[in-house]
Amino acid sequence: MKTATEIDIQTEGEMPRLHYLNVEIGVKSWLLTTDHKRIGILYLWTILVFFLIASVAAAMMRIELLTPQGDFVTNETYNKLFTIHGVLMVWFFLIPSIPTVLGNFVIPPMIGGVDTGWTFYTPYSTTYANSHVITMAGGVFVAGFSSIITGMNFMTTIHKMRAPGLTWFRLPLFIWSMYATSVILVLATPVLAITLAVMCVERIWGVGVFDPKLGGDPILFQHMFWFYSHPAVYIMILPGMGVISELITCFSRKRIFGYGFVAAASMAIAVLGFLVWGHHMFVSGQSVYAGMVFSILSFLVAIPSAIKVFNWTATLHKGSIYFTTPMLYALGFIGLFTIGGMTGLFLATLAVDVHVHDSYFVIAHFHYIMVGGMVMAFMGGLHYWWPKITGRLYPEFAGKLAAMITFLGFNLTFFPQFILGYLGMPRRYHAYPPEFQLFNVLSTAGASILGVGYLLPLIYFLWSLKFGRVAGPNPWRATGLEWQTPSPPPKHNFEKTPTVTERPYGYSPEEDVDLHLASI
Amino acid sequence: MHSTTAAAPFVHEQFDDIEQQRKAAKLGMWIFLATEVLFFGGLFLGYTVYRFTYGHVFVQASRKLDVVIGGTNTAVLLISSLVMAFSVRASQLDQRRRLVGLLLGTAVLGCVFMSLKAVEYHKDYVDHLVPRLGFKWVGADPGNAELFYWIYFAMTGLHAIHVTVGIGILVVLAMLAWRGRFRNGNYNPVEIAGLYWHFVDIVWVFLFPLLYLVGHR
Repeated sequence: MKTATEIDIQTEGEMPRLHYLNVEIGVKSWLLTTDHKRIGILYLWTILVFFLIASVAAAMMRIELLTPQGDFVTNETYNKLFTIHGVLMVWFFLIPSIPTVLGNFVIPPMIGGVDTGWTFYTPYSTTYANSHVITMAGGVFVAGFSSIITGMNFMTTIHKMRAPGLTWFRLPLFIWSMYATSVILVLATPVLAITLAVMCVERIWGVGVFDPKLGGDPILFQHMFWFYSHPAVYIMILPGMGVISELITCFSRKRIFGYGFVAAASMAIAVLGFLVWGHHMFVSGQSVYAGMVFSILSFLVAIPSAIKVFNWTATLHKGSIYFTTPMLYALGFIGLFTIGGMTGLFLATLAVDVHVHDSYFVIAHFHYIMVGGMVMAFMGGLHYWWPKITGRLYPEFAGKLAAMITFLGFNLTFFPQFILGYLGMPRRYHAYPPEFQLFNVLSTAGASILGVGYLLPLIYFLWSLKFGRVAGPNPWRATGLEWQTPSPPPKHNFEKTPTVTERPYGYSPEEDVDLHLASI
Repeated sequence: MHSTTAAAPFVHEQFDDIEQQRKAAKLGMWIFLATEVLFFGGLFLGYTVYRFTYGHVFVQASRKLDVVIGGTNTAVLLISSLVMAFSVRASQLDQRRRLVGLLLGTAVLGCVFMSLKAVEYHKDYVDHLVPRLGFKWVGADPGNAELFYWIYFAMTGLHAIHVTVGIGILVVLAMLAWRGRFRNGNYNPVEIAGLYWHFVDIVWVFLFPLLYLVGHR
């Protein structure tokens, strides 16, 4: 894979003189940029702001749930809080997180390209904290266009802009998972867009399509909503799986076990993801037969997911494992994703679902996937590519500490919710019977630890921008193409398009590598 | 990669050559059209569900639509697609004047379609067929008849928005073609605009029988 030209070589211990961050300066150069790396950075700031707002909403909910009575906020405020938390986290953090930040930044250099291929818009703007349905739907609609265009852009780039010699089966697995994600973004999002549009016109015009008061069919709305929203939950995990494949191989210094199966599993998840939406509607009056079919199809999704988990584990076997910060997040991901996935099987079972539907069991399940899976992967990927993005290393000890605090805090927050849900505590209420208090107190305590785990990286990442050690082009001695250009990369990524001659992940566990981790 | 930029000014900096740019743009457009199919698909699904549930009143309501205007419009759009296909060919053969003429011809046919549509919408209003705006229905099940017209206006309205956007694109392209922007093999923009225009045409080919012809034998 090595084809570094002389210009690509970066003097050890020094930042490159000219790179994408300083080649142009000023607000305008950022807002009107067409450089995929700067677009990635813009997205990073945007989603961080939304993450903070949504986290504050979650913190207020956890404070309210400390006591059985509704004393901190009213039930109406509580409704608003969980709506803000859900809408912002899903559409403005989880869905854009890995695709728009890490995807925009690393896909082109990973496949040896210059930039993403198709037209691109700078980040969406929208409104939040407004309970007015039309405004909110409008915001999601606009964000939806961002999703569609991101997906189109990635698919076009991956199809048409790979470096010479980079065949489909030499692509890094992160690219495969982003491709699968893009298929979902492109095919599912328009259905949400038309559903929201019809809903708004229905409200303004007053003719019932979905609204039963006006003679419409609410089940039709649910079908159309979940036709988007279930595939969308795979938008919130597939990119994370791609990141994990990169991290596990790099830090166990081994080729991935069963490359073809891991790649195909991403595509299988994308396809099956379109066929299981009805499992959200087991109790909303769809026919029993439809329920049975959707239940079986939902079980099928577990197969490709399990293939991935087993292949990652097999990759670790006889590897030379380095417990770096990204690796800690990756290992955390495997454990938490497995719990989240297994409880998903409980929910796909018709009879069990009737019992735990709309309870905290569901909340715990999808937080294990979305936070335990996607957010852990996002953090792992951000640490892994941080030296590439900024040219500097974050402090490794603080990084490990934060990763472990996050893991502990996460489990303490969400594991008690499985028990609460099983015991019958329903979701979406701001008050609850006193016998549930113990688990709620545990959960709130966990949330405060989790908060520390998220604040710590914010602090040391900012610190590292100025004081972090200079990373050099390839601090992890990783084999991906993106590591063969200086950090931060020059505006056009590569001075000369690299040529690829072998499969990805050419690591050898016997080789002793220095990963620059001695510092701090 | 960017070394070829000087030789071919219309190759964007992220592409190696015009061939790669053309293929990427075309693929991007096809993917966009796939999203458009699913976007319209939501309304087609709504139509299908309610047609299935309220089939009888949908047939009754369909009979009140003007098949003559609808049929004429179908012909107008099909011919416009043919003219658009000629435009793409003209751009490939580097025939500037003919390209401008054909692009404007396509745009004019688009305007004819929109004008006929406007006449038809006005006629619908006079006939009290617009939901919530003086809607009157003699016969059974006025609520679901109103639903049919709501779907009719939503689908043809969304289609009309797409036609309007298409006319705008064609006019801009004609202006650029006049200035010689699409010479020397740079026919990519005309080609992908053509894909869009054909898509708009095909949507109408589905709308016309579903909305206008279901009630006729």
